Amino acid sequence: MKIVLPVTKAKNIVRGNSLKISEKTIAQTHIINNFLTNIANVCLFFARFIKQSFTPNPEFREFFKQCFQIGYKSLPLISVTGTIMGLVLTIQSRPVLANFGAESLLPGMVAVSLIREMGPVITGLICAGKIASSMGAELGSMKVTEQIEAMEVSSTNPMKFLVVTRVWAAILMIPLLILYADGLGILGSWAGANLKGDVTFSLFFAQAFSHIDFYDLIPAVIKSFFFGAVIGLVGCYKGYNAGRGTESVGIAANSAVVISSLLVLIVDVIAVQITDMIG
Amino acid sequence: MENHNAERIIDITNLQISFGNQEVLKNVSLQLFNGENLVVLGKSGSGKSVLIKCIVRLLDSASGIINVFGENVNTLNGSKLNDLRKKIGFLFQSGALYDSMTVKENLEFPLRRIRKDLSQPEIDTKILEALENVGLADALNKMPSQLSGGMRKRISLARTVVVDPLIMLYDEPTTGLDPVTSDEISALINEVQKKYKTSSIIITHDIECARATADRIVMLQDGEIYMEGNLAAFENSKDPLIKAFFK
Repeated sequence: MKIVLPVTKAKNIVRGNSLKISEKTIAQTHIINNFLTNIANVCLFFARFIKQSFTPNPEFREFFKQCFQIGYKSLPLISVTGTIMGLVLTIQSRPVLANFGAESLLPGMVAVSLIREMGPVITGLICAGKIASSMGAELGSMKVTEQIEAMEVSSTNPMKFLVVTRVWAAILMIPLLILYADGLGILGSWAGANLKGDVTFSLFFAQAFSHIDFYDLIPAVIKSFFFGAVIGLVGCYKGYNAGRGTESVGIAANSAVVISSLLVLIVDVIAVQITDMIG
Repeated sequence: MENHNAERIIDITNLQISFGNQEVLKNVSLQLFNGENLVVLGKSGSGKSVLIKCIVRLLDSASGIINVFGENVNTLNGSKLNDLRKKIGFLFQSGALYDSMTVKENLEFPLRRIRKDLSQPEIDTKILEALENVGLADALNKMPSQLSGGMRKRISLARTVVVDPLIMLYDEPTTGLDPVTSDEISALINEVQKKYKTSSIIITHDIECARATADRIVMLQDGEIYMEGNLAAFENSKDPLIKAFFK
């Protein structure tokens, strides 16, 4: 079910009563109408997702397939991104720290910045690009080619089979990918430190982990679950509600990336504020 | 009268549906009787596909009653609607094969959900039998992207009949196919009717398909029933619109 607010009808009534309302006002009403309709549809979609998540007979097979797609198939991209993150951060920070004679703080600084902020946000944005777009395009093309309707007439709830499995797989796998990227980032940082110096693996890691405690890790892990939820929900919503033509598949994929990337950053700001308030 | 009613598999009364300001179906009433092939003819945009999508409630009608096996489709809740859908096979215009699954998995998907009583060997047997019926047993492990348009349509037909439906709804089964493949699909529709004892609604604008399959024909024009009768009545009609179709 999709909500459609009756602005066109209202427009006709207003005109019928010969009230002087300009075309500009009607156009503005349309924009507000579309905005509110979208908000209502997003809320409805989220409510259906929650409802279907807790109905009996979960689609475990599809869920594990999606975990494989989202998790395992993202590993090459996340590996490269994570390693480069640590490597670049080290190469850029080292001269500045050396100026202050604080080179020994390098492993700790890199580890804290990777685990608290850079790892989750950059990996989240990469996942938004890869996973949300793939969900938007896949579900969008399924909608265009009537595959979702075919599922419905096969007594299968497409919301449960397609959306619930994908969103929960994203919620579970994206935090794991972020932790993996953090680990590889620290490894890349060690490699970067060895480009112009000589630090043993054990010393570098001991230094790095001496600066990290659970208060760095826990908020980062918690917000990464929200990143997963945002990426999964936006990707699925855009694909599931794609229009009828093939053009809408591209639009769904594109808007899924843009909106989920933006929401990842907004969730991050909120998470940082909450972490800061808690202290 | 009662006996006649008992034979009505689908009974649609005053069906109305609109998209925005556009009225797609206006007070359409029609019946599908047990064992018959009912062809719904009409120009593109006349509301043919909308009609059969309302029968399985893929679209909600604005008003009217759709009774399938005596149950009003519009008032059924989720589980009862699913139970009813299990008795109905729907062949989509595009085939609607699941792109991410092999042919075997495509056929297995509805079977696992609708025929929960079947064991894995029974499922495998039914899949093979359905594929043999459409002459594509060797396509078992192919992906839909490896199939031609006609093959996709046949596999889609196999996927629809594999669950033994009582009613078949065909949405433009021959659209986009060459004349030879179209004839093969029309022959398959007749075979399905004979073998599975189904009652069918065939939505089409392909006159050859209508000639090959119709027991009765209903013509839709601008969302309304324009003419209803058997093939001979349509062939002999003097109405310019009907003649344009059957020339």
